[in-house]
Amino acid sequence: MHIDKDLVAASATPLVLAILTEGESYGYAILKRVRALSGGELEWTDGMLYPLLHRLQRLGYVTTEWRTPPEGRRRKYYAITDEGRAALTGHQQQWAAVTRALRDVWPGSVMALGEA
Amino acid sequence: MTVDSLEGQIADWRAYVATAPGVNGHDLDELEDHLRHQIAELTAAGLSDDEGFLIAVKRLGDVDGLSREYAREHSSRLWKQLLSAHDEPTRVSGGWVEALAFALGVAVAIQAGRIAAGFPDEEPTWFARNLSLIVLPFLAAYFARRRRLEIRRWVVTAVPFVLGAVVVNVYPWNGSSATEAFGSSSDTEVLAILALPVALWFVIAYPYMGGLLRAHERRMDFVRFTGEWFIYYVLIALGGGVLMGLTAAILEPTDVDIDQVAAWVVPSGAAGAVVVAAWLVESKQRVVENMAPVLTMLFTPLFAVMLASAALVYAVTGLGGAFDRELVGVLDALLVVVLALVLYGMSARDASTSSPSWMDGIQLGAVVSALVLDLMVLGTMVARIGDLGFTPNRTAALGLNLVLLANLAVAGWLAARFLARRTTFHRLERWQTTYLPVFALFAAAVVVVLPPLFGFR
Repeated sequence: MHIDKDLVAASATPLVLAILTEGESYGYAILKRVRALSGGELEWTDGMLYPLLHRLQRLGYVTTEWRTPPEGRRRKYYAITDEGRAALTGHQQQWAAVTRALRDVWPGSVMALGEA
Repeated sequence: MTVDSLEGQIADWRAYVATAPGVNGHDLDELEDHLRHQIAELTAAGLSDDEGFLIAVKRLGDVDGLSREYAREHSSRLWKQLLSAHDEPTRVSGGWVEALAFALGVAVAIQAGRIAAGFPDEEPTWFARNLSLIVLPFLAAYFARRRRLEIRRWVVTAVPFVLGAVVVNVYPWNGSSATEAFGSSSDTEVLAILALPVALWFVIAYPYMGGLLRAHERRMDFVRFTGEWFIYYVLIALGGGVLMGLTAAILEPTDVDIDQVAAWVVPSGAAGAVVVAAWLVESKQRVVENMAPVLTMLFTPLFAVMLASAALVYAVTGLGGAFDRELVGVLDALLVVVLALVLYGMSARDASTSSPSWMDGIQLGAVVSALVLDLMVLGTMVARIGDLGFTPNRTAALGLNLVLLANLAVAGWLAARFLARRTTFHRLERWQTTYLPVFALFAAAVVVVLPPLFGFR
């Protein structure tokens, strides 16, 4: 299934924030997690994740740290902040409202089935 | 395929992406780490290095799109190109014909005003009052045209100029008949002459920002523009001064009256330079980009030291309680300069370094010292007003101090929290961009509200 570009973009921020609530992570791992969560249906251009992460950093939703794991190369780790958690709650409420509305006008659709 | 050639390919890729605007070295490290991860996973699944490399690069996305995304997020890195997805590409050094036309226009306009005023033989106050109204509309129009504003926005841009023109020319300024000289202006008139250019400068922000006054990033761009414009203007003025000096020396033996030459060249040059400096900021940004952060880095610490020692000396000697009138004026000017430096330093800051640096500490030092001085000045002002009552000058000074105090207090608080890593730089920036309209409104109030309040005395 192809998911519309705008929808991918809109879900990116809550998805990344939600993944970071599972613990700090770095770009490649976050992207793998996105793929796993969506069963490969959310197709991101890999590179686009980083400007998004930088935006979250500027807004104070995540903090970053460069670290060098013993075996490997220097890597930038992202961790969610309290402000990030608050923002995520806001996103969740918005998405809940949207899905609720869609479910109500689409009785018997995939969405309602998914809930059952 | 050997490991070496994979390394070679990655190095080539890195060199290529490095040329993309908006992407810096740290971003490259991060992207390269990602690329290596992806390649390792693909080769582990059985692909060759070569295949893995190709797929990994493809997945990262095309460099143009990537660069655009980085640029949109890190607009401060990219303002030099002013290229974001929806803007049409700006001509990097083009548009000089346009700039020249506006510069000539303003040069001619100022001459027309000068001749009508009979300057420099006579110094009618209406000329001083209207000076910024003659010059700045050209700059506004230049940006309105360059940003391709719609007609509606041209009108919005024009409204404050019309209002300003009405106010300064219709108000019954005391004792300002057409022949009155600058020196005999009333206090409110002098204040209006000083505040009007400031208020109108903020009007320029509207066309400069393409009519998007609410966009905070653009507001910061305007701050940056103002700082850079000032630097260019000073450079042009210095060059112009040297030119005039040499011209005077060359004309010395002849009968040509250098004052006559200067009367033509200096006003036109000064007015034309307003547009030329703006054009230089717009198109030659790389030059100043290298220079401006250095200048701020140089002067912010110097001003911080100067302010801190001044505050200390005044506090220790007890002078702080009773500044005389002159000193209050100087201190006010100093505070404005410090705030300008801090603001400009903020706009020129590399947004990718989100953790505080030593420069942020020095800025905080400057802000705190300025705050102390401001409080001292404010104390003097209040005491003076208590003794002698309100006058136009004291009211304006008090207002300016309060406006500065509010800004500095919150800025200091946020800067301290930022240094303690309790808040983000974004907050600090936001505060300043949110506050900008206050300065504009204050300047406008000095022109419009203050004079009738004091009966134009």
